[in-house]
Amino acid sequence: MNVTAAPVTGSVHSFDISTGVDGPGTRFVAFLAGCPLRCQYCHSPDTWYQRNGEPTTVDELAIQIRRYERFIKVAGGGVTLSGGEPLQQPAFVREVLTRCKAMGLHTALDTSGFLGDRADDALLDAVDLVLLDVKSGDPDTYRRVTRTGRLEPTIRFARRLGGRGTPIWVRFVLVPGLTDDPANVDAVADIVAGLPTVERVEVLPFHRLGAAKYAALGLDFPLAATEPPGAELLDRVRGQFRARGLTA
Amino acid sequence: MTQERKDAWRGFTGKTWQETIDVAGFIHDNVTPYPGDATFLAGPTHRTERIWRELQRMFVEERERGIYDVDTHTPSTITAHVPGYIDQSHELIVGLQTSAPLRRAIMPAGGLRMVEAGLKAYGYALDPAVHAIYSRYRKTHNAGVFDAYPADVLAARRSHIITGLPDAYGRGRIIGDYRRVALYGVDRLIAERRERKSTLDARLSAEDVIRDREELAEQIRALDELKTMAAAYGCDISGPATTGREAIQWLYFAYLAATKEQNGAAMSLGRTSTFVDAYLQRDLDEGTLTESGAQELIDDFVIKLRIIRFLRTPDYDELFSGDPTWVTEALGGIGSDGRPLVTRSSFRYLQTLYNLGPAPEPNLTVLWSPALPEGFKRFCAQVSIDTSSIQYENDDLIRAAYSDDTAIACCVSAMRVGKDMQFFGARANLAKTLLYAINGGRDELTGDQVTPPSPPVAGDVLDYDEVFAAYDRMLDWLAETYVDALNVIHYMHDKYAYERLEMALHDYPVHRFLATGIAGLSVAADSLSAIKYAQVKALRDTTGLAVDYAVDGDFPTFGNNDDRADAIAVDLVERFMAKIRRQPAYRDAEPSLSVLTITSNVVYGKHTGTTPDGRRAGEPFAPGANPMNGRDRHGLVAAALSVAKLPYRCARDGISLTSTVTPDGLGHSRDERITNLAGVLDGYTDAGGFHLNVNVLDRATLTDAMAHPEKYPQLTIRVSGYAVNFVRLTREQQHDVISRTFHGSL
Repeated sequence: MNVTAAPVTGSVHSFDISTGVDGPGTRFVAFLAGCPLRCQYCHSPDTWYQRNGEPTTVDELAIQIRRYERFIKVAGGGVTLSGGEPLQQPAFVREVLTRCKAMGLHTALDTSGFLGDRADDALLDAVDLVLLDVKSGDPDTYRRVTRTGRLEPTIRFARRLGGRGTPIWVRFVLVPGLTDDPANVDAVADIVAGLPTVERVEVLPFHRLGAAKYAALGLDFPLAATEPPGAELLDRVRGQFRARGLTA
Repeated sequence: MTQERKDAWRGFTGKTWQETIDVAGFIHDNVTPYPGDATFLAGPTHRTERIWRELQRMFVEERERGIYDVDTHTPSTITAHVPGYIDQSHELIVGLQTSAPLRRAIMPAGGLRMVEAGLKAYGYALDPAVHAIYSRYRKTHNAGVFDAYPADVLAARRSHIITGLPDAYGRGRIIGDYRRVALYGVDRLIAERRERKSTLDARLSAEDVIRDREELAEQIRALDELKTMAAAYGCDISGPATTGREAIQWLYFAYLAATKEQNGAAMSLGRTSTFVDAYLQRDLDEGTLTESGAQELIDDFVIKLRIIRFLRTPDYDELFSGDPTWVTEALGGIGSDGRPLVTRSSFRYLQTLYNLGPAPEPNLTVLWSPALPEGFKRFCAQVSIDTSSIQYENDDLIRAAYSDDTAIACCVSAMRVGKDMQFFGARANLAKTLLYAINGGRDELTGDQVTPPSPPVAGDVLDYDEVFAAYDRMLDWLAETYVDALNVIHYMHDKYAYERLEMALHDYPVHRFLATGIAGLSVAADSLSAIKYAQVKALRDTTGLAVDYAVDGDFPTFGNNDDRADAIAVDLVERFMAKIRRQPAYRDAEPSLSVLTITSNVVYGKHTGTTPDGRRAGEPFAPGANPMNGRDRHGLVAAALSVAKLPYRCARDGISLTSTVTPDGLGHSRDERITNLAGVLDGYTDAGGFHLNVNVLDRATLTDAMAHPEKYPQLTIRVSGYAVNFVRLTREQQHDVISRTFHGSL
């Protein structure tokens, strides 16, 4: 009797080859569709639902990645799964990243950690680096920023990564009037400083370049009137991380 | 060997280059590869800063008036103008094209009309005596060409399916081996030419023999004039240079003489840095020169190269977005023995972009290989990030196809220095040719029948096979008409505006390329892809002329590393090159092809109607081999890998890709950006990519784009996951980009 397992399929919004912004070096970045959070500053509202993506098998994505394998190896870099929230599709993530490891490529997972419990050990075994979005340090602010999320699962996931020895690059999006409260930043920095595998903190200045996407989707962009942070504010916030011995 | 020569060559090793004219051999025997980093470099001296400031003051006036000054009386020759100086007592390297800096010369032998139109545009008039000479007594290249152009060439030229032809001024793109003057002195070069000429005495006076004898005689005459010119500056260059300063001076005199006689479209310098380094290193070793002194010599040389000027018309400047001279210098590369040809002087040339500030000229071109020393790679990447002023070409491809002593003329045209020359041929419009195929040779803008009539493609929905068959036939016509035009042009240029001095600094006999080119490759490929993979309806006017297209459905586009579209582009390059090869070429030149437009992609677009890929009439093409703006959806690397598929063996005159990145698009820290850019260059070179222009945007560019959006129609900002056209953003969004991209770093 032949039993053929259905191939693992994911919902992929798009892919991009980027340099220096989605982990180290030049990377194949697949944006997976579907996310449980509704962050006010989200620049890709077109990836909120899984139906926003194309059904894609692991083989199909692997074929795309293979087209860049040689370039990535020569240039230095790897593969990043981003989103959306990739951990909304953990089986797909596990299979794709396992393939990448077999190709000898460095792998990164770009996640909020909110669905960290869904990542099994086999998945994390295939991850060389987690780009962990810590959206806030104060639970109430976290709720306000993400509208649907809670801080606690991210902390739990981060500690698990620390325990496994998985390197983390923390990302913190700085939004004036939303995430910039010194106490909130201190709280993020305290959480991060307590994690043993954090290699660096990237403080990302809020931008409004996703506004056109909201308009196209007929959605309101909640931060349409919010200005990007100035240099002074960025320096202050980076300073708060650096004060704890972190690379920011 | 004379005592003088022994003294000039003291400390140099090797024998072969002493016996024959062989600069590459000299470099092999005397190169000191430098594996280190940039920390040894010196800043500008006060003297350098003072001279450069003086010129910068003049540049402001030049920009305001279009030209600073012009000598309207003196048709330029090697010796026509008395010596000129910027600041005689402080210049280390001397020599100007005319008697004063930025005073342009007239060179009517290429074409009288170009001279008169150029003068008129800036409020000058040509001396009537000169007009009389070049209209009554002495014919020009331009006049000769138009006497011999056949009617179909004139029609193709008028309809802009073939444009940019060098039929009104100097053809350029010929690089003399100016180093020979420094290494051997002029007398030795004259003796060698006499010997060559005497071998022709034994042959019967057939047409080609007569022509060669006359050309060699002209070359000898030009070398004599070169000595006379140098003597007027107080230098005896009959013998070889004895110091680093003399080597640079001798070499510069030779280049200068070429620019006094030819207003070539591109007047490239060659590959001089590692040659000059042997002399500078010897002076450093002998204790007669310091690092600061060596840098100062290079800085002064580069100042001279930055003020090379030609009198052109405003139209010409508009076509090329500025006043370019393409003083291209090839840096770096790897020797055939595997040793890097990177020396301290390769770094010193790049350092001029810091000491004098960024500038488009000289056109510094790094011959890149993943095997280059890390220190040099990182310095190049750093200079790119800081100045956007250098371009990269694939040394591994060039070395294999030519030699390790190959230089770049203009932008991407590789030639072995002193061994190859080319007949520059501008380019033919592949996108417009597709429209001609659909319309049976009628022009889509004027309705005129330009080619011999053929049946237009029938039916509302275009059938791929039918269109392709018609296109293939139309490309046959294009190749034939195009090469026909080039043969006329170069016959007349040899006859009326022969490059005496540049050719004196080539081997005899020389190897010639016939350098054709194409524009609109990505438009043509995407249009064919639309017809093949989507449904394209031709919309015709009352005369049956297809003037618009309705596209239904999706189709793959060139620039996404997608073989379905990329294979079409590859096929077009192979196909057109094969057709070019079938044409008889003047002087048995070896045909070659470039995929390069410089900035003329805008003008080509202006003269091309709506295309089946959805591009509207008049919209610019993408430059060179670039994918159409906005159609490359997966980032720079995917676009670069599509371009890297275009076969260099069928486009040996170069394949050009221009990319724009923001500093943030390369990484967060300066160190990371340098590492990542060097990595991308390695990856692209490894994939077989030929050329990359890297623009790393700075705040000033973006601010200027906000004030003058018309200057930046294609400025694209990539943000993780998607790209936006900068000038189409709202002011607020533009400010967002600027603050996001440059926060705190500048």
